[in-house]
Formats: sequence, structure tokens, C-alpha cells
Amino acid sequence: MRTDGAPAQVVEQALYEVRKTIHPRAVHGWFAGWRWALVWATQIVFYGLAWLPWNERQAVLFDIAQRKFTIFGLILFPQDIIYLTVLLIISALSLFLFTAVAGRLWCGYACPQTVYTEIFLWVEERIEGDRMARMKLDAAPLTAGKLALKAAKHGVWIAVALWTGFTFVGYFTPIRELWDAVWRLGTGPWETFWVLFYGFATYGNAGWMREQVCKYMCPYARFQSAMFDKDTLIISYDPGRGEPRGKGPGKGHCVDCSICVQVCPTGIDIRDGLQYECIGCAACIDGCDRVMEKVGFPKGLIRYSTQHAMERKLTRARMFRRAFRPRVLVYSAILWIVIIAAGVSLWNRVPLKVDVIRDRAAISREVEGGMIENVYRLQIMNTTEATRTYEIDVEGLEHLELHGPERVEVGPASSRTVPVRVRLHAEREHVGAGIYPIEFEVEAEDHPEEAVREKSVFMVR
Amino acid sequence: MIEFTSGFWDLYITIITLVSILACGVLLVAQSRRRVAGGEAETTGHTWDEDLGEYNNPLPRWWMWLFWITIVFSLAYLVLYPGLGSYRGLWKWTQVSQLEQETARHEEKFGPLYERYAQMDVQALLAEPRALAIGQKLFLNNCAQCHASDAGGSRGFPSLTDRDWLWGGTPEAIRTSIAEGRLGVMPPWGPVLGEQGVKDAAHYVMSLSGMPADSIRVARGKELYAKTCVACHGAEGKGNPAMGAPNLTDKVWLHGGSEAQIMQTIAQGRSDQMPAHKDLLGEARIHLLAAYVLSLSRQ
Repeated sequence: MRTDGAPAQVVEQALYEVRKTIHPRAVHGWFAGWRWALVWATQIVFYGLAWLPWNERQAVLFDIAQRKFTIFGLILFPQDIIYLTVLLIISALSLFLFTAVAGRLWCGYACPQTVYTEIFLWVEERIEGDRMARMKLDAAPLTAGKLALKAAKHGVWIAVALWTGFTFVGYFTPIRELWDAVWRLGTGPWETFWVLFYGFATYGNAGWMREQVCKYMCPYARFQSAMFDKDTLIISYDPGRGEPRGKGPGKGHCVDCSICVQVCPTGIDIRDGLQYECIGCAACIDGCDRVMEKVGFPKGLIRYSTQHAMERKLTRARMFRRAFRPRVLVYSAILWIVIIAAGVSLWNRVPLKVDVIRDRAAISREVEGGMIENVYRLQIMNTTEATRTYEIDVEGLEHLELHGPERVEVGPASSRTVPVRVRLHAEREHVGAGIYPIEFEVEAEDHPEEAVREKSVFMVR
Repeated sequence: MIEFTSGFWDLYITIITLVSILACGVLLVAQSRRRVAGGEAETTGHTWDEDLGEYNNPLPRWWMWLFWITIVFSLAYLVLYPGLGSYRGLWKWTQVSQLEQETARHEEKFGPLYERYAQMDVQALLAEPRALAIGQKLFLNNCAQCHASDAGGSRGFPSLTDRDWLWGGTPEAIRTSIAEGRLGVMPPWGPVLGEQGVKDAAHYVMSLSGMPADSIRVARGKELYAKTCVACHGAEGKGNPAMGAPNLTDKVWLHGGSEAQIMQTIAQGRSDQMPAHKDLLGEARIHLLAAYVLSLSRQ
């Protein structure tokens, strides 16, 4: 771009340009091993969990139509939204903590974008060969052979993507029924849409978009840098050891083999320092370590290190000790408090919920004998997996009596709404107009621990 | 756009919309390339805080296509849907037509179900738990606001759970009450009877349902009743379902059964209205509602 000698000359600059496909070279080593371990761990859970039976039903199923969310023995109703909130808070705090300690750990090892790209790259390498072969194939003219290779690759990709979409939908509609429906071509319109949409997103993001998702689309990638400080472990090239690059006497340890660039999934040169594109996958560390091993230099020319460690030449032990700094301790403390609170709350959870809905129009009415009556509807939600009979009682005012069903049967993991009349057995003139607090008590027969008290008001006018 | 009195505003909106879209396109073209002095070609030429430059990191080309797609989309939208002044769009879409379509789809789906129940007699529906369950849902959505969710009513709104019917308790009468609505009017007798007269009449009414009453007033009230009330409430006070005149001999009080409340009813009269639901619900749903309402007092 630069035109020498004529600084006044005007050049045209493109603000959009055609993306150059990155063909990362396959890499093996300690960190790649960790990434593959996480690929296996996350995907065995994702693909497998949907098929796991539990008490003659699917262990994990989010039934949106029935508004019933089952996670093993736990049955959640929409009223339990707080647990989703807590889960999101825990996820956010974990991200903060991991990022403060060791940079974009999530991005490099566990993010679905990374995990599926890894799987798709593996397929690509099996079919088209390694980096050089793929670059040559891309540059070659279209022949039957090339077409066959490309078709095979995309065929496998699409199969994986569709299976992923199918599994995803299998968490929202029973997966075994969905499987039968697929073979009968009898999936519902929304099931079909989501299988295809989620499959398309997997295929597009892991096959075509790849590093562009991280570079241009992902918001977490942008704000994670706000969690970095000078003691955050980042993937660093040690220029003190490496420079000047090259082979021979007087040169540093960097032999300028460019392996670190070839293995980078985002196409950067880590030797230029920390860059926003770096997803922290440590592929360059694995690549460089192999070269160092071959040329006989110590490993770790590129390594997890911190800015402080580089500047002040800290030992590994001192660098790791600095991980226990206020930012990290505060994140950990909050995280543990939230996790413990959520755990205690889940442990003490009563598998019964009651909503009291007061009749809004018929505020208060007089019945025979001049007594005052209020009407309520109790929504009783049984979140156990057995049929329960509940006893209803009301308290809060003297001479308050329940008229209506005092015992209600509710089926397993379902809810029932019963209208309940509450009558005040007192002379009209002894009760002033006003709003009186009352409490309903609902208790499962033979299960006294399954009891809920719910507040409401009794109105007299 | 009919609220606009002149065609100017149609034109105004159309021009502003189209010019804005065009301007987006022009901006996109103008900003996709830029000319900078050769020596600084690697930066965008933007400078902040005196010396903070910005490297040119070009976005991928497909990003620009996304912008073009939004422009094409908005133009296509404006051709197909109303948006440009009073132009109605090729598809002639309106909110009303969408509502009609959705209603028609709904009818198509649930129509046969209602149709099946509509063929059945109300008495037969009483033995159909599913029909009654639908009836209850309809009741909770359309009737519970006044009659309460247990159908027990409230002051001024009759209870539907007793066997006391203002306008008759046959399936036909109930269906008519729901479909056509009812207007129950008790005229004010205060000016005619005078304060003492009203009190006398009230005591007679109280005696009819066996409540304690002043026997002298009862005797005087009986004469007043025979002259003024008998026409609607009948000689025995049993009421008249033809005009919605309530039975005064049971212990059901629509507007309260205390002496003061009865006196107020006689002196000032009452006017109660049940709105007509024919257009809102349609025959088939009213049929199910009638069955549900009837089932309430059969329990």
C-alpha cells in the first residue's frame, strides 16, 4: 500500500475486503490434548444426555409447551426462573474469574465455536489433507477429483450439523419420539425449522465462518479484554529469548520457522504481541514447543505468561503467586457465595408451589346470614413425580372458614387450579370495612415436609 | 392515513422514506473505499486525542452485503406492505385482514369440535366432562369478571350456583340471557310511597322470607305491596321470570338483605344489565356456556 518517495500521492483504501480462508496446520501437544479432552467431554454430554432415561422418561427435557422443565429428579416450572437467573450469574462470574486468571480460556478450549470448528477441521484434514494440501486444492482448477473431495467434506459436515440440530431439538421435544418422527418425515413445523436452523448455524459457523465469528460477531471476545490486567496469564512470545530471529550465531531462539503462524486458527502472528484476534487456544505454544525440542532449545519460547512476568523477569512460582490478587479473590468469593446459596436453595426446595389468585371483580360479597365471602383461585403445582393429595387451610382472622374443596388431588408433575371460598363467620357490624392479611396453607397428605404458606388478603366492604 | 386531510403528508412520508433508504446506499458506497494520503495508507486517517490513530482492519466483504440485503429488504417490504403514505402494498395487508385470517384458522381448527357439541342437547352436554371443561374455560374468560370465578356472583351480579333464576332456569332461558343480554329494572318508588311507605313495604318484603319484621309495618306494607309491587313480583312475591322480577320469598338478595338495603332498593330502584354476548361469542360457544352454567346449580 505504501508508495515510497511520494508522500503526497493519494491511494485508495478498501474498508471491506474479501476474507482470505485460513487453513490452520494441525497441531499436537499438551494444550491441543486439553482441547480435545474438552471436545470429548462437552460433546459426549451434549449428544448423549438427551438419550439418557430417568424414571421412565427423558432425564433432561425442557418441555416448553407444558411449561415443565425436567433435569434428572428436579422438575422446574416457569416460577423457578430464578434458578435460570442464578445459572446465568454463575456462568458470567465464572467467565470473569477464568478470564482474569488466564485470559480467554473459555474461547480457546470450551466455546462451542471452537469445539465445532475443531471437529470440522478434523473432518477436513481427513478428507482434504493437511494445510499445504488444502491450500493447493483450493488453488487448483475444478476437476472431478476436487469436486468429489469437496462434496465428501461438505456431506460429512452437513451430517454432523444435522445431527447436532436434531440433538438440540431433542432437549425440547422427547428425542426418541423425534427420532421416530424423523423417519416417518413427520416432524412438526417448528421441530423441522429448529433442526434445520441449528444445523445450518453449526455448518455455517464451524465450516465457513470460523474465526470470523470470534473476530466480528462475538461480544464476549470484545469485553473479555476488560477483565485482563498485567497479571493475567496470556499467550506470550518471549522476545528477549527469541530475537533476533533466524538461524546461526548471534541469533535468538526463534528460528523463524513460522509454525506459530501456520497453526493459528485466527491467522495472526503471536510474535507481534497480544492481539484482539487471539482466542487463547495455545496452538502456537504446542507448535513452537515441538520445534524447540527438535532444534534443542528449551521449550516455552511461546508460553502462558503475564505482562508483569515478562517485564520484571519473574519466576514461574512468583508469577503464579500473583494470581491471588484482589480482583481474582473478589470474583472467587462472589462466585462461591452464589454457588453455595443456589445449592442450599435447591436442597431446601419444597416440591410444591402455590399461587393465590384473588378474584378481581367480585371483591367481597355478602351471603346468607349477612356473612362476608371472598373468592380465590389456588393454583397448586405438584413438582414431585407422584400423585399427591393436598389439604388446604386458611388462617389470619378469627372465624375464618374455608368453603370449597379442602382436599385436592394433583397428578404427578402437574398443576391444578381450584376455586376456594373463604367466609367470615362473624356479624356484619363487628367487622369494619378494610383489607385483612390472611394466609393459605397447603400441605401434602402424609408428607408434612411438603407444605407451603402463601399470603393473600381478605377484603370487607 | 385517512386522518390526514391533504395528500401532502402521503407524499412527505414517501419522499422522506425513499430518500433515507437511498442515502443509506450512497453512504455505503461512499464509505466502502476512501482515499488517503499515500504515506498514511495503513491507518484510516482518523485521529483522536491528538495522536491516537486507527489502523485500517478491513471488515470481510460479506459484512457489506449484509447492509445491501437490509436495503433490498426494506424496499421489498415497502412494495409488498403498506408503508409509503397511503400506498397499500401489493399484498394489501391490513391488521384487520390478519385478524380475520387468524380467526378463520382458529374456527377451522376448533369449529368441528364446537359443531359436534352444538348438535347435542344441553341435557346431554351435562354428561360430557370435556364439554363442561371447555364451558368452564369460556366462563373464566368471559363471565368470571362479574359473576366471580366460582360463579357465586357479587352484589348486583347474581349467583349462578343456586337454583334461583331471575329470568328462568331452562336451557333456552339461560341461552337467551347470554346471547341477548338482560335488562332488569326496578323503578324507584320513594317519591310514590314516601319514607314511611318505603319502610312499611320493606318490612313486608322481609316478612316474606321469614325475617323478623315489625308486624304493624308488615300489615301496612302488605296493602302497599298489593297496590304497587304485585304487578311485577306477583301476589305471593314469587317474582316473574318474564321480566326478571326476583322472587322475594327465598333468602337470595341481589342487592343485600338488610333493612337499609331493601329500603334503598324500593326507594331508589335498581337497574341491572347483563350485556348481550351473541356477537362476541357466537351460538356454539353460548350453547356450551349454557350447559356449564346449568351444571353449576345441578351439583
